[in-house]
Amino acid sequence: MAPPPPDPQFVLRGTSAAVHTLHFSCGGPEPDIPLLFSGSENGLVHVWNLKTHRVDTALDGHGRKSVYCVETMGGKDRLLSQGRDQRICLWDLAEGRTSVTDSVFTEHVGFCRCSLLKVAQGRWLMAMAARSLEEVQILELPSKMSVCTLKPEMGAKLGMPMCLKLWQLSCGSQPVLLAGYEDGSVVLWNVSMGKVLSKLVCHQEPVMSLDFDSEKAKGISGSSEKVLSIWSLNEQQNLQVYKTHELVNAGISDITIRPDKKILATAGWDHRIRIFGWKKLKPLAVLDYHTGTAHCVSFSDHSTPQERLLAAGSKDQRISVWSIYAHT
Amino acid sequence: VCFVPGGLDCSISFVSHVLGKVCVHGRQKEILGVLVPRLTDLTKSDCIWQRICWRLVECVPDRWMEAVVLGFVQRAPGADVLSRLLGNLVVKNKKAQFVVTQKMLLLQYGHTTAVLQNLLGYLSLDSLRRTLLLRVLQELLETWSSSSALKHSPAEQQLYISKAILICLSHLKEPEIESCRQELLTSMMEGVKCHLDSSLPKLRHLGMVVAESISLKINTEGPVLKFEYEEDNETRELKSLLVQTPSFYFVPSLPDDDRSEKAGAALPLVPDGNEKSHTAAPVILDEESDAELDSDDDLIPYDMSQDKELKIKAPVYIRDCIEVLTGSRSEDLDKWEATVRALESLVRKNPAATREVSVELAKILLHLEEKTCIEGFVELRQRAQVAVLTTDPIPVAKYLTSQFYSLNYSLRQRMDILDVLVLAAQELSCPKFLGKTKHSGAQKPCIQLLPGSDSSKGWRKIVDERIKSKTRRFGVIQSHVELASHPNEFNSVAGYFFFPLIQHFDRPLTTFDLLGEDHLVLGKLVHTLAILMYLAVNTVAVTAMGKALLEFVWALRFHTDSYVRQGLLSCISSLLLSVPTEQILADMTEELLETQSWLGDVMEKDPDEDCRRLALQNLLLMENLKKKLEAVSS
Repeated sequence: MAPPPPDPQFVLRGTSAAVHTLHFSCGGPEPDIPLLFSGSENGLVHVWNLKTHRVDTALDGHGRKSVYCVETMGGKDRLLSQGRDQRICLWDLAEGRTSVTDSVFTEHVGFCRCSLLKVAQGRWLMAMAARSLEEVQILELPSKMSVCTLKPEMGAKLGMPMCLKLWQLSCGSQPVLLAGYEDGSVVLWNVSMGKVLSKLVCHQEPVMSLDFDSEKAKGISGSSEKVLSIWSLNEQQNLQVYKTHELVNAGISDITIRPDKKILATAGWDHRIRIFGWKKLKPLAVLDYHTGTAHCVSFSDHSTPQERLLAAGSKDQRISVWSIYAHT
Repeated sequence: VCFVPGGLDCSISFVSHVLGKVCVHGRQKEILGVLVPRLTDLTKSDCIWQRICWRLVECVPDRWMEAVVLGFVQRAPGADVLSRLLGNLVVKNKKAQFVVTQKMLLLQYGHTTAVLQNLLGYLSLDSLRRTLLLRVLQELLETWSSSSALKHSPAEQQLYISKAILICLSHLKEPEIESCRQELLTSMMEGVKCHLDSSLPKLRHLGMVVAESISLKINTEGPVLKFEYEEDNETRELKSLLVQTPSFYFVPSLPDDDRSEKAGAALPLVPDGNEKSHTAAPVILDEESDAELDSDDDLIPYDMSQDKELKIKAPVYIRDCIEVLTGSRSEDLDKWEATVRALESLVRKNPAATREVSVELAKILLHLEEKTCIEGFVELRQRAQVAVLTTDPIPVAKYLTSQFYSLNYSLRQRMDILDVLVLAAQELSCPKFLGKTKHSGAQKPCIQLLPGSDSSKGWRKIVDERIKSKTRRFGVIQSHVELASHPNEFNSVAGYFFFPLIQHFDRPLTTFDLLGEDHLVLGKLVHTLAILMYLAVNTVAVTAMGKALLEFVWALRFHTDSYVRQGLLSCISSLLLSVPTEQILADMTEELLETQSWLGDVMEKDPDEDCRRLALQNLLLMENLKKKLEAVSS
């Protein structure tokens, strides 16, 4: 008899707007409070204190336009947020400050979340969708220098980039970018040369979200249809479909693989969060708490495994936080 | 017939005379059937024979020239052959010029495409004759772009002219196009306008194809005019005329290759060496993955039996539906969709509840716009409207007919009203269980959003069956009744459907003028009245309806739009079929006699083929009536 699905450990209320993005920052040593950053449709970034379950600060830097991506850059003192006001803001949050130190005007009017990759101490690469319809620009932060622009060839008709993931095999190796596009294909780009390494058409509808496990060279992508597609990268840097999984209801907004690569979570348009085992995509749980489309899921980066959490943000303005499979 | 290649001073005028006389007596086939192939062979490489041939045709007296030239053009196996045989006859001889450039192109329209190709190809093959080609093109364009020509000439002639224009265009060279670019553009704009104005889809398509082709020729770079229409054999054939095959040694068959026309097509890219593109083809990894099974077993799945498909529930009460449809809450689009889908069945299941809110519901449905992209939205809305109308006919019919003549509705909405009235009338007048099958025959008026001549043909079949059934009334008494009889619900409401529609047709509003620009809606209205008349058979109001309809038809009988005229003739048919014979003869004799003379006129002189056919049918129906009357009275 399988046990009934668990209830959320706690629920964060108070954003007053649909939640579009979440990011944990709990890896700091003991006196540091574990934090959860959330971006909402009213343009605010809320900093949640996970001990008190209340908002510590609200950051208003996007002129009331929806914030759809938040990331920390090496610790909770530096935050990056991306909003529909076509800007990416860099915040300095150390010692109680809440100021925008820098911003990048992307001129991107879509919803493609940017992707960060730390390449050296104090240096990051950021991939973001640029002004021109099919292009992805790679910038170096904090210098904001453009490293390259990844333009698909003429007539490729990929459409807008929908989701990005920058990664490198190991520190110091070539960074590569995985991009999911509007026509349902996932493309692997070589960033330094700006060329396409491989392209795989894995969906009939736009790719909504993707995540990649660099150790196993396997990735997963979800789209607006009912199918999850798992693909792998072989030695010749070619993408191949490994497996597909059919869901009960169509539409996936977000997919995340837990840092220990054991499980993954998907946020669905049917208000449900699904948990799968990463090895063989075995369905493990369906968390049915939200009453609106689930927009984002995120795993925490706690150093002690038992404290690990999963957070999900939804259109119903609530953030549910779960402790699931924390003991494996 | 064997010519002796004699000395230099041969006189062949005698032969020309013979040829001319024979041709004008109608024996073109026999003589030219032998002559043309022989001459073709002889003139192939021999210059002398060519000149002999030219002399031959030049010497034909003027009064027989037409027959000879016509014969040659029709029989020559190709434009180049024609050129060899006739030489520059068209330039030298006035009569021949008239026949070739005016008569065959503008005054006649029965020739085949191959003949057109011959003729125009012939004109294009010599520099002296090319000026004639340009002149011909100008005149063709003038005719094509004239709206009065469009109204008064049959569709076949329009097709012929369009083909001729396209073939001319295919022969024109760049510098020539440059010189007459402005005129081409002007004619194209005018022509497209009056073609698109027409109510017949065939003419609209012709206009679109020709305009696209002209635009293609004059704008070799830059955006080209492109219409959206369904390709059928005719349009494909027309488009293929734009491309000329280079080899002239056989009758130019129409090449089917319009790929060359698509100048801006995206070419498939040659993939780069490094990149490969795969479509989803699952690759099954080998056994090694199974060894990693163990670590997955640590994770025990939870109970997932509750994970089912999300279904949005539609409201169960009519008033809830109204709330959802008028609600301003834009978030609940799923519910809105579900409501739209469920509305028709809800209305039919709850007639009492529907009657309480029928007019309101009708109003909401008339103004309902598509909020999300539902498949078959238009049909769903229409079915819901029909359901409401049949559940509570009188108030809703009053509402709809009053709205038909109100301000600020789009043409689409007015035509929707007419469609709904027709469908509801059909449903009300037919017995319930025959509903499904009988609808299919006349279903076309509803799905067809733009009126084509199909809708009148669709129910014409039913009318014809009716005529047949009427003449066989004698042995039909069957021992077993297959269908239980059912009171005709249309009886009590026919008047409410019919009379308001006919009332205000001559009163123009600021946004709606039936007798003016909106003749498309007038055509649809007339067809609707015909169907309503037909369905009103055996109702009490039928005689009054018949009289009103007859007056209406009389007022409009000279309308210029052929679709309207077809509708008027259908009205007469319905009238003759539905109104009982005794009533017709009692009340409407003089009007019918006048109508009969009008019908005779239409049958002989109307340019539209369908109108002539319908007029003939009406006259036959009238004859039947007369005979029946004589049979009864004797």
